[in-house]
Amino acid sequence: MNRDSNGYTFGFAAAMVLVVASVLAFTASSLKDLQSENVRKEKMQNILSTIGIETDREGAEVLFNQYITEQLALKNDGSIDASVDAFSDVKLSFELKKDAQDQRFPLYVASVDASQYYIIPLRGSGLWDAIWGYIALDNDRNTIKGAVFDHKGETAGLGAEITQQWFMDRFVGEKIFDTSGKLVGISVSKTNNDPNDTDKDDHEVDAISGATITGDGVSDMIIERLQHYLPYLKATSADLAYNN
Amino acid sequence: MSQPKSNKKPAIFFVAKEREPLFSKKNRALLKDPLDDNNPITVQVLGICSALAITVQLKPAVVMTLSVIAVMGASNVIVSILRNAIPNRIRIIVQLVVVASMVILVDQVLRAFAYDVSKQLSIFIGLIITNCIVMGRLEAFALGNGVWKSFLDGVGNAAGYGFMLILVAFFRELLGSGKLYGYQVIPDALYEMGYENNGLMLLSPMALITLGLIIWVQRARNRKLIEKN
Repeated sequence: MNRDSNGYTFGFAAAMVLVVASVLAFTASSLKDLQSENVRKEKMQNILSTIGIETDREGAEVLFNQYITEQLALKNDGSIDASVDAFSDVKLSFELKKDAQDQRFPLYVASVDASQYYIIPLRGSGLWDAIWGYIALDNDRNTIKGAVFDHKGETAGLGAEITQQWFMDRFVGEKIFDTSGKLVGISVSKTNNDPNDTDKDDHEVDAISGATITGDGVSDMIIERLQHYLPYLKATSADLAYNN
Repeated sequence: MSQPKSNKKPAIFFVAKEREPLFSKKNRALLKDPLDDNNPITVQVLGICSALAITVQLKPAVVMTLSVIAVMGASNVIVSILRNAIPNRIRIIVQLVVVASMVILVDQVLRAFAYDVSKQLSIFIGLIITNCIVMGRLEAFALGNGVWKSFLDGVGNAAGYGFMLILVAFFRELLGSGKLYGYQVIPDALYEMGYENNGLMLLSPMALITLGLIIWVQRARNRKLIEKN
């Protein structure tokens, strides 16, 4: 057979593509259950770490069921949609593309040693791809108890540093409402002149050098996602004066 | 090759080839050479980028080594089996497809069975595709040699690459974080006496410098690498 003929070349390429595609498709679908189980447990692990409970992935499920007392799916008017399972049915990346009245936003309520925490999932855009995370609010629904961030493809050593503990720790103790009760979120700021982050009332944390766009993405993600929860927060905490 | 001594007239008119033992001297050299005399990293200076990126700790370096051994062994075998069928004009594409599929397989398996490691290696697993050593061995060796030899060559070169990776990671993790494979090895007493981890070791420039020192030591010790001029 003439191996240099066009027909042979095309035939070889076509056969190769078919074989490769079926092998890969078979592998991907047979490993899918194991993979999504890992992702599910990691989500539980991340949610728990915002309220200061560190666990490995295997132990996450037990602790999650122990500490997370409520998993709510909120409509955009702050009411609860009981027909939706907040943990498994709601994917923020899909929700954000829907019309406002169809959107459902998950809220996890945790109870640890008699104090309540409100854990809000976040999702936004970094420099290259999606960034996401969880932010836990204290019982006053204002002070941040803890935050976790993750990303798909930020630059290693720069934007990817948002997943480091030292960066996430900067958010602890910051407040999302200003003194007049307006929702301001937390800005990742290059000009806050507070590198040790001792000022917990400035609504700012120190940015990472070389990761400006990722940092801005984090700021935007926090304020944009928190907006969705305003009606719920207003309706459930009468002691806070909201001014939005 | 000499004609085998026998009384019978040879029925076929070609020289009967002696079967080479599986681990003949030549075959052993295929495995051994890339570890030292012809190391892909220190002698051929290939695959440097990933050597800098994933040598901060031993664990990812070990996993990367195993992944590259699996990818190179398998893709060398596949390309060697197909070597007489691959159309010459699209051979680079075929090699690329073979390597890419192997890498995706490794990535999927890691995601299912070693999720944390796969997160840590993230893009670097995908970047095995672009590792010049892999394509280089396919083009230079597997396309022209038998299956078993190609397998040895792939595994040997991947091992030579991994050996350097692990060596660099050993020094970087030890001096940079005071740990080995995640376990603390430098006693607390030493820290109390004022010893500090060298933060620079965690950054990629020190990987290059460590690699440079290794090349220096290797060239000083290995007579075959001494240049004559």
